[in-house]
Amino acid sequence: MRISRPSTVLVLALVGVTLAGCGSSSDDKASGDKKGGPVSVAATDTSCKLGDTELDAGTSTFEIKNTGSKVTEFYVYAEGDRIMGEVENIGPGLTRKLIVELPAGSYQGACKPGMKGDGLRTALKVTGASESLGTDAQLAEATASYQRYVKSQTTALIAKTTEFVAAVKANDIEKAKALFPVARTYWERIEPVAESFGDLDPRTDARENDVEPGTEWTGFHRIEKDLWVTKDVSKDGALADQLLKDVQEVVTKSNSVKLSPLELANGAKGLLDEVATGKITGEEDRYSHTDLWDFQANVEGSKAAIAALRPTLEDRNPALVKELDTRFAAVQKLLDAQTTDDGFKLYTDLTQAEIKQFATAVDALSEPLSQVAAVVAQK
Amino acid sequence: MDASEGRGAAGPAAEVSEAAAPPSEAPPIKPPADAPPRRGFSRRRLLGAGAVGIAGLGAAAAGGYVVSDARSGARSGGSDTAAAIPFRGTHQAGIVTPAQDRLHFVSFDVTTESRADLVDLLREWTKAAERMTAGEAAGALGAVDGPIEAPPQDTGEALGLPASQLTLTIGFGPSLFDRRFGLAAKRPAALVDLPAFPGDDLEAARSGGDIAIQACANDPQVAVHAVRNLARIGFGAVAVRWSQLGFGRTSSTSRGQATPRNLFGFKDGTANLKAEDASLLEQQLWAGAADGTPWMANGSYLVARRIRMHIETWDRTSLDEQQAIFGRFKGTGAPKTSADADSAEFDDFEFDTVTGASEPVIADNAHTRLAHPDFNQGARLLRRGYNFVDGSDGLGRLDAGLFFLAYQRDPRKQFIPIQQNLARVDAMNEYVKHVGSAVFACPPGLSRDGYWGDTLFA
Repeated sequence: MRISRPSTVLVLALVGVTLAGCGSSSDDKASGDKKGGPVSVAATDTSCKLGDTELDAGTSTFEIKNTGSKVTEFYVYAEGDRIMGEVENIGPGLTRKLIVELPAGSYQGACKPGMKGDGLRTALKVTGASESLGTDAQLAEATASYQRYVKSQTTALIAKTTEFVAAVKANDIEKAKALFPVARTYWERIEPVAESFGDLDPRTDARENDVEPGTEWTGFHRIEKDLWVTKDVSKDGALADQLLKDVQEVVTKSNSVKLSPLELANGAKGLLDEVATGKITGEEDRYSHTDLWDFQANVEGSKAAIAALRPTLEDRNPALVKELDTRFAAVQKLLDAQTTDDGFKLYTDLTQAEIKQFATAVDALSEPLSQVAAVVAQK
Repeated sequence: MDASEGRGAAGPAAEVSEAAAPPSEAPPIKPPADAPPRRGFSRRRLLGAGAVGIAGLGAAAAGGYVVSDARSGARSGGSDTAAAIPFRGTHQAGIVTPAQDRLHFVSFDVTTESRADLVDLLREWTKAAERMTAGEAAGALGAVDGPIEAPPQDTGEALGLPASQLTLTIGFGPSLFDRRFGLAAKRPAALVDLPAFPGDDLEAARSGGDIAIQACANDPQVAVHAVRNLARIGFGAVAVRWSQLGFGRTSSTSRGQATPRNLFGFKDGTANLKAEDASLLEQQLWAGAADGTPWMANGSYLVARRIRMHIETWDRTSLDEQQAIFGRFKGTGAPKTSADADSAEFDDFEFDTVTGASEPVIADNAHTRLAHPDFNQGARLLRRGYNFVDGSDGLGRLDAGLFFLAYQRDPRKQFIPIQQNLARVDAMNEYVKHVGSAVFACPPGLSRDGYWGDTLFA
């Protein structure tokens, strides 16, 4: 099913994204005509209650109150987990607003306590008039939707990298080790975007043998080696500061770059290629062996790009969409089997047979993914 | 579109040719005058002419272009190593087809759980295989004519190369006949799991598999291209389990071919079944409808073994001992019982001949004696193995040996007893180690509209 929407510019505002933001907002203009005002979302560590599940087409405001003990997130998903809007990093005790424009259709609202997993989901039904999009507008919306995703990821990337850098500078090795795969998750989800900025990507994410002679090795993996191998980060303060500075620059650029629909398609494939060449071989995180975190993040980033393109793909090649859904699910099932309480098994704990299963599933997904660009490009 | 092209092209002419085809495979065919020029140029440029080409070949088979004397046919095969071998016929190509010089063998695990998906893949594979064996690209749009945003339908490394006598032969392993696809009742009794042989040191990653495809060609690039494209088409339904490259065929499958040498420097398999031995082939090679598995009629069973050779120790072995191990002279391949080293390769072995000291001239544990039909209830094999060298093993030794491929009517009566004979006492065992093993049921050849495995999945 294709979700149609007005061709007006989609309005999305994240209100109160700073950590200090809380409580009610004065920004009511988008929710003024809703029946009964904002949709309340009561989030705890184990539940996610929505005040209303039948909404009118148009702009809706969700007000998420987190009374749990874990940091949570709230998403509104269209079919195929296409992100219509989301708000990250809702700390315990905080309330945040999400304003999102929803054309008639079926959606899901999801809280993610602990910022992990598929979330606690509630079906949302949106009814009312909305006109269908032309092809161009549909693709423009695809890039806008992906842009929202990048924005959400970069916000979290800055937050988690800041925490990671602070732990390194405080010489808190255990904490830094725990934060390393978490911060990288947000990086890996949007890696094709980050990679498009010249030497910023190598400065941030180069492996030791990628470094050109005469160039200093910096970034995540340099610190990774010190955390896991030399077990000494006492001299890494400047490296850590540089990492944060570089990540900030990537984030600024990522949020201003305008990606074409074709770049989305190729990015989705590129992320799986990253998995096939770096994660399945255990090369990426060769000291920490946290490759499965990166693997998961690459898959999620790829899925997000495909989700953004979904209405167009549904129109042009529904069989391909079905196959992609199946293949993404197959990869996810294998990843789910390797989860632990605090993330994933280490790469070094996988059996050769498990690695082969991953490789096979990634090949199976990458093949239909490689067809997406041509479908998007067709006139 | 490419399917209809293939079908339309094969047309009635091919049907006639099937009916008229001799039980053994038709040898390479000279193109009729109206056929397009031989594949000397770009595969892409031949796309338009492909239909005509296939029709031409079909007509040729029906119309008497088949070289009646198989011996001269084999010779023409030898001189015309660029030609195309017909893909369809009573038997699969690539079994009695005069052995080409190069091999890429691949074994797949089926990863889909859907029988329909598996059948779809076999149909897709058949289309691509038929195209590639004719010297065309794997897909109709080829390597460079598709949309630029999409990966090409053909990987392109065979652009401009001729068909090179490419044959693609499919086989189904015992594991395919489990519960997944409802085939358990169709497992042929002859498709046994091979028993453990003394001295085996099998690696799981080089053994078994649900489906095998043997690609033989006279150009390694053409064989590799075919396997690569089939693997690519198969992503999502199958996964490569293992594969093996081979060079230097180690046996001849027709009388027109000289017996080649293995990496020990010896001629071996002189008594191989040959394409010309029509009645022997019926007896020893082709499964019959009466064998208990109707879908396998005109098919054959393939045993594949990766046999690592300890090259360096062999090379330090005296000529006398080497010859004793084989029971042959190294130079001519003649039996040790022949008059002298200049005797002919095809001389009969005289196993009863003894020396003055009453020792048999061909020792009791000589390789040729143990493998000979006389000592195996007359059992013979059609061998079409290849030498392999997969670089070195990290200890500076060649990772080399023989990739043994043998077709037969029933492994229980042929390969298994022969190998049991050899594994126990063969003097050669000191220099070889079996590290990979697999067995496959290779279905009959393809009818006009048929696809690989259609008799099994019907």
